[in-house]
Amino acid sequence: MASDYRSEEEVLGKAYDAKLMRRLLKYVNPYKKYVFFAIFLNIIVAALGPVRPYLTKVAIDDYIVNSNYNGLLIISVLLFGSLLLQAVIQYLLTYFTQYLGQKTLYDLRLQIFEHVQKLALRFFDRTPIGRIVTRTTNDVESLGELFSSGIVMVFSDIFIIIWILVFMFLMDWQLSLVTLSVLPILIYGTFLFRRKVRESYRDVRLHLARLNSYMQEHVTGMNVVQTFGKEDVELKRFASINSDYRAANIKSIFYYAIFYPAVEFLSSIAIGLVIWYGGGQVIQNAVTLGVLFAFIQYIEMFFRPIRDLSEKYNIMQTSMASSERIFKLLDDKTFIRNPDLPIRLSDVKGEIEFKNVWFAYNDGEFVLRDISFKINPGETIAIVGHTGAGKSSIINILTRFYDIQKGAILLDGKDIRTLDKRDLRKHISTVLQDVFLFSGTIKTNIGMEDESISDEEIIKAAEYVGANKFIDNLPEKYYEEVKERGATLSVGQKQLISFARALAFQPKILILDEATSSIDTESEILIQKAIEKLLVGRTAIVIAHRLSTIQNASKIIVLHKGEIREIGNHQELLAKRGIYYKLYQLQYKDQEIARAV
Amino acid sequence: MRNLLSLKKYFVRYKTKLLWGIVFILLSNAGTVYIPLLMGQAINELLIEISSERLLQYAALIIVISLISGVFRFLIRQTIIVVSREIEYDLRYDFWGHIQKLPLRFFQNNSTGSIMAHATNDINAVRSFLGPAVMYSMDTGIRLIIVVAIMISINLSLTFYSLLPLPLLSIVVYKIGKMIHEKYTLIQEKFADLTTKAQETFSGIRVIKSYVREEKEKQNWMLLSREYLKRNMNMVKIQAFIHPVLFMITGLSVIIVIWLGGSKVIGGELMLGDIASFIIYLGILIWPMIAFGWVINIVQQAEASMKRLNKILHEPYEIDDSELTDHSIKNIKGSIEFRNVSFRYGEVFPYVLKNINLNIPEGTTLAIMGYTGNGKTTIINLIPRFYDVTDGELLIDGIDVRQIPIEILRKNIGLVHQEAFLFSDTVLNNISYGLRNGNKEKVFEAVKIAQFEEDVKSFPKGYETMVGERGITFSGGQKQRAALARALAIDPKILILDDSFSAIDTHTEEEILMNLKQFMRDRTSIIISHRISTVKDADKIIVISEGMIAEEGTHEELVAKGGIYADLHYKQLLEKELEELN
Repeated sequence: MASDYRSEEEVLGKAYDAKLMRRLLKYVNPYKKYVFFAIFLNIIVAALGPVRPYLTKVAIDDYIVNSNYNGLLIISVLLFGSLLLQAVIQYLLTYFTQYLGQKTLYDLRLQIFEHVQKLALRFFDRTPIGRIVTRTTNDVESLGELFSSGIVMVFSDIFIIIWILVFMFLMDWQLSLVTLSVLPILIYGTFLFRRKVRESYRDVRLHLARLNSYMQEHVTGMNVVQTFGKEDVELKRFASINSDYRAANIKSIFYYAIFYPAVEFLSSIAIGLVIWYGGGQVIQNAVTLGVLFAFIQYIEMFFRPIRDLSEKYNIMQTSMASSERIFKLLDDKTFIRNPDLPIRLSDVKGEIEFKNVWFAYNDGEFVLRDISFKINPGETIAIVGHTGAGKSSIINILTRFYDIQKGAILLDGKDIRTLDKRDLRKHISTVLQDVFLFSGTIKTNIGMEDESISDEEIIKAAEYVGANKFIDNLPEKYYEEVKERGATLSVGQKQLISFARALAFQPKILILDEATSSIDTESEILIQKAIEKLLVGRTAIVIAHRLSTIQNASKIIVLHKGEIREIGNHQELLAKRGIYYKLYQLQYKDQEIARAV
Repeated sequence: MRNLLSLKKYFVRYKTKLLWGIVFILLSNAGTVYIPLLMGQAINELLIEISSERLLQYAALIIVISLISGVFRFLIRQTIIVVSREIEYDLRYDFWGHIQKLPLRFFQNNSTGSIMAHATNDINAVRSFLGPAVMYSMDTGIRLIIVVAIMISINLSLTFYSLLPLPLLSIVVYKIGKMIHEKYTLIQEKFADLTTKAQETFSGIRVIKSYVREEKEKQNWMLLSREYLKRNMNMVKIQAFIHPVLFMITGLSVIIVIWLGGSKVIGGELMLGDIASFIIYLGILIWPMIAFGWVINIVQQAEASMKRLNKILHEPYEIDDSELTDHSIKNIKGSIEFRNVSFRYGEVFPYVLKNINLNIPEGTTLAIMGYTGNGKTTIINLIPRFYDVTDGELLIDGIDVRQIPIEILRKNIGLVHQEAFLFSDTVLNNISYGLRNGNKEKVFEAVKIAQFEEDVKSFPKGYETMVGERGITFSGGQKQRAALARALAIDPKILILDDSFSAIDTHTEEEILMNLKQFMRDRTSIIISHRISTVKDADKIIVISEGMIAEEGTHEELVAKGGIYADLHYKQLLEKELEELN
């Protein structure tokens, strides 16, 4: 998690990248019609604000000055009508554009999720899970503003400005020019301010990231701080980082402290100009009083759209940075390819053959060398070996989590690379050491929400492996919620669930990676029985840690440093007094003693 | 508000600056409020008779007053908002100072994430209260009073009717703000669910692929994502109200002024310029009204955050010098004795150590073996008082550890933890971490003993190389050797190694042990290990099983005894044979 506070996410690049933008806009494409409609509404609603000062002018010049009560009332009603209409359209527009944005994010989130699920294990080996999660959630989120307000609302700001200009020039172009003389300064000032604030904001974020990563790190390493009695020294260091952060913040306060009064000052100048120049025109009867009124109101109206426009820059900048990271993930094509014309498997006998298989996770570093063996349908073979012998790699390549470099693996005589990946995996159930339970219920964890597996089959599977005993004791039985990956269940219980899971799919081939972790005798007996039952009538490969499993196997393969060193049954191998003999003494002899006791 | 009262001491600290801030607020508002009055007058005179010089005077006056008031406005931010940042600094400083003194127990019960959340989100919420909320409520409160007074002085009934819709503004902002906060919390919850789901799916990708469950997971993700979309839209439904409602209410006030005020002008009760003043005053009042509703929300959130912060700030230190402490103790020699020591993590928990009796004379080496989870680390955590014993006594130099000043105690203990933790700092700073005087010689010596010298030489910038995410990543073995060097550098009287060679290969370990023999000659040392090779030369070896000492003696004695130790010894010999086999 430490990296969440770190630099990678902090880097901000340019605010506009045509290539990225084009790719981003593709996501809005399905909703193009709505976007155009929203822009159209924007043009209309943008006029409703600026029309009111104009109506005020009419009210003053035509009705108040001429003492026309009825006219005044009509104008008031018109004013109210325009207000109401603006409110309604504005509401719809906000709702609409937000929906557009959220929908786009939804699409994107789905696309990333789908893409990541398809990536090969190799990708997951080299990418921290936290980073993938950030891409699918936070990075997508930060595109929200771009899709919702960014694309559509830019038009709103621009059109408000245009409409104000239209009304002002229609009323009096000379007074307009005089009033608007402060505008260049305003625009320049606003963008200058934005730039300064952006810089200082970056500074603030930099120091905040430092502060956070300092705290994160020192909370994690607090025992080191306390062991060495460095609390005082660390407090001083913390104080200096903390004060850098404060200084950065105070600096940004300075810009705000200048900007807001400056804007007010500019608008006062504009008002001063209207009173001085406009007033002069009034005296000469060149301009009416109503126009003065309207102009004073327009001055106030100008600032918001200009400020909004300058803020859009920030939105663009974060969007570009996030989208770049997202697209990088989407462009990752580490797939295990399904063959173009896959052979569909309907009925499997369960014959497996490894033919001179070589495999390496990293180029050139072979973890399996020239492995050849054959398992007949219904046979169980046990694979034993010391740590790092390559046992789990055999599992990994059999279901095509990784592809081998040399040789071939055959299922019923067919190379597994010619088969449909999903079929292959459907016929082979794998039970791993670390049982992975999903959030859901006991039932969904056994049946994996596969529609083809009925409730009866789930219960039958659980009964068969003897998991029903503890499940029936749970308050909600099969509907008991599994929390935090099964934190409330014991190791043995979790294993029984994973056995039931494997069984529910009635696979022809079973791969079992026995857990080494010691559990209490009672569950040990349950698990031993369950394993025996699991293996009956199917082809099985077991990475064995239990003596009983090994003894029941038709064949034991002894792996050592990536090569097959010994093959045979328990008695034959013991008689050899080779690697197996040593392994036996190291791992299995105790079990024999325990069993005897 | 009860919790926020604990901020009083900080306010007092900055009272001069805050008082100036209030003065600036008064002065700037005096100016802000005067401008509309001037405009109204100018327009009124326009209706009758006015010279262009007089118009210029008005215009100039408006600009000058706005300039002066702007200067004060600048000063408000420079005082009040700056103070809020200063108090934020103080608060965070106090928070950290407190956190650092909390016992290990606290860090085991609270995840790093939740401590971080307090340090960032909660302090932030309190800061929003301190700065913007305090500033805006004072500023707008003062402005409201002055403006309303002036409006009344111009025309009472018009003031009344035009202000009628405005309180609605505060209520609406408060209500909507509160609703948005609630909806936002719901969204955050769903977002957390999304994150958890992504985390779960990507961690369990093997199982998903094995059982060809991708399609189902996609469906689940879609469901969650759709719910998230729904909750977002639920907030939008309310959020989209804010803008229209705000300009509806304010617009309504302006229409009232035009219609009612216009009628009064026709009736000769008012002058046209007064309407202009009113319209501008309404513009000035909108923000105070919005701010009121907004501030109430901030105060409520800050109160909740302050409550959480106070809970941590009131967390007791537990382990600290007390009246038992004998401050005349300035040094320790290093003999350690456990007398009937039992320990448990809390009253509801079972004992993890039971009746431990153990004597480690000064200058000897004790090795501890045993399976994971049997209490080995707990034993050594008692020595530097990361925990205090539940029953019995732990003596150093024959004195109860609780009498020895903590600083003296810990200064003399070199402890290398199981997980070698290094800071993201330079190699030199990491290894000299425990040194007070920065004597580099000690560092170089320690690095030699820990067999880390070659590594340092191979780093791009040697001792100045950065460790961690912004520098090079150490291997597990390098981390452990660096951590060992760090402990050796402080020249400790007691050296404790908690399984500190687990990632170091046996060959290097042997070399380190050889070096350590010399170093440990006049020091007491305790070594926890799983490897026989590490412990076999110790003066005494104990085997811990289920919180008790199961076996005790020298290597030869224990091997001869034929118990747990002998079994481990035999297995490790076998393992070695297997590893050497080609």
